[in-house]
Amino acid sequence: MNESHEHVMTETTGGATHDDHTAHDVSKHIRGYLIVGGTLLLFTGITVALSYVNFGTQKANVAVAMIVATFKAGLVAAIFMHLASEKRMIYRILIFTFFFVFGLFWLTYLAWYDPIVR
Amino acid sequence: MEIPYTVTARPDTGLWNAKVGIWLFLASEVMLFGGLFSAYVFLRLDAPPGAWPHGLLNVPVGMMNTIILIASSVTVVMAWASLKMRRFRAYWWYMLVTILCGVIFLAVKLVYEWPQKFEHFGVFIKKDALEKYEPYLGNHHLAEKGLAPRTEITGHLHNKGALKDEKVTEYEIALDPVNADPTNPAMDRPHFLYVPPTEKIATIEKEDVERFGMFTPDHNAYFASYFTITGLHGLHVLGGVIVFLYLWLPVGTKLYKRNPEHLANRVEVAGLFWHFVDLVWIFVFPLFYLL
Repeated sequence: MNESHEHVMTETTGGATHDDHTAHDVSKHIRGYLIVGGTLLLFTGITVALSYVNFGTQKANVAVAMIVATFKAGLVAAIFMHLASEKRMIYRILIFTFFFVFGLFWLTYLAWYDPIVR
Repeated sequence: MEIPYTVTARPDTGLWNAKVGIWLFLASEVMLFGGLFSAYVFLRLDAPPGAWPHGLLNVPVGMMNTIILIASSVTVVMAWASLKMRRFRAYWWYMLVTILCGVIFLAVKLVYEWPQKFEHFGVFIKKDALEKYEPYLGNHHLAEKGLAPRTEITGHLHNKGALKDEKVTEYEIALDPVNADPTNPAMDRPHFLYVPPTEKIATIEKEDVERFGMFTPDHNAYFASYFTITGLHGLHVLGGVIVFLYLWLPVGTKLYKRNPEHLANRVEVAGLFWHFVDLVWIFVFPLFYLL
């Protein structure tokens, strides 16, 4: 096992391939990509099925659907977009994005309770 | 001129440059779609009870497009993985499937979904005339159940001349199931499996109509946000397909012979964009089709 590992590493990491994804790493992840794809399809079905269930209020139905969608989006971001194991620089960029997008929706939320526009 | 750090990592960032570039771009994309989604939230929360349309889109078709987009996300990551493993043939096939998925997605939107909406017609009835159209609205039944009233009658417009000819004083509408049988409990919350308009024709006098129109962006806030967000999303799909075509055709793949890692990185960057487009759709589908 170790031998074949080293063999692949030397073949792909020399010189130009200075990256976090070597050929060996990639081949290990393929099963994971397929599982995530299957999970996403399964949860698409679940999203549709849940929309037929009455959770009492429309708000509750929206909340349930958004929780499922966020879970799916999280899978895409973490696995397909490799955010589960990225370099620190990417996270630094995304912290700002998260902050501003949160602010954007927070303002929308505040505006909804604003006596002027209500 | 040689572009630096296309394959090797830049010492200070620890990344090859295009990766930083695409993530900065995606960060701005989050704000772009975030703005539109927050507008959607604002419009929807502000709509009077029962006014926000429900069940107007074709759920099986939307679900099929969701599946196509998810499948293409898998194939693009497999295309990238194939290049990393230096399996060019596999890369070629995965990329071809990805491109086809993108094209099918767009075709369904442009040839089927959107034109179907442009053919659909709706009239908003004036408040004081609501009682007159009770057989199509079923508001007494809804009030008994404590549900919000209906104000719109929808279906296919039979006398299209009524749109332009001022002498025509009424609209003849082949009714959607919800207006054809408004007291049916199954219509209390119109369901999602698309059912075409019925044979039942209603005659609506123009003087009783507050607003009317085909299901175009200017029909109501729902269609305005639907067409804006799915239109912008569709443009992203188109952009992705064009980039993938370049990376799949010989003009793009000749890089493989010179520096396969560089091509793999290009595919990774294009793939990151594609996954983002998929991610946006994951929210679009339930928000517009299901809820």
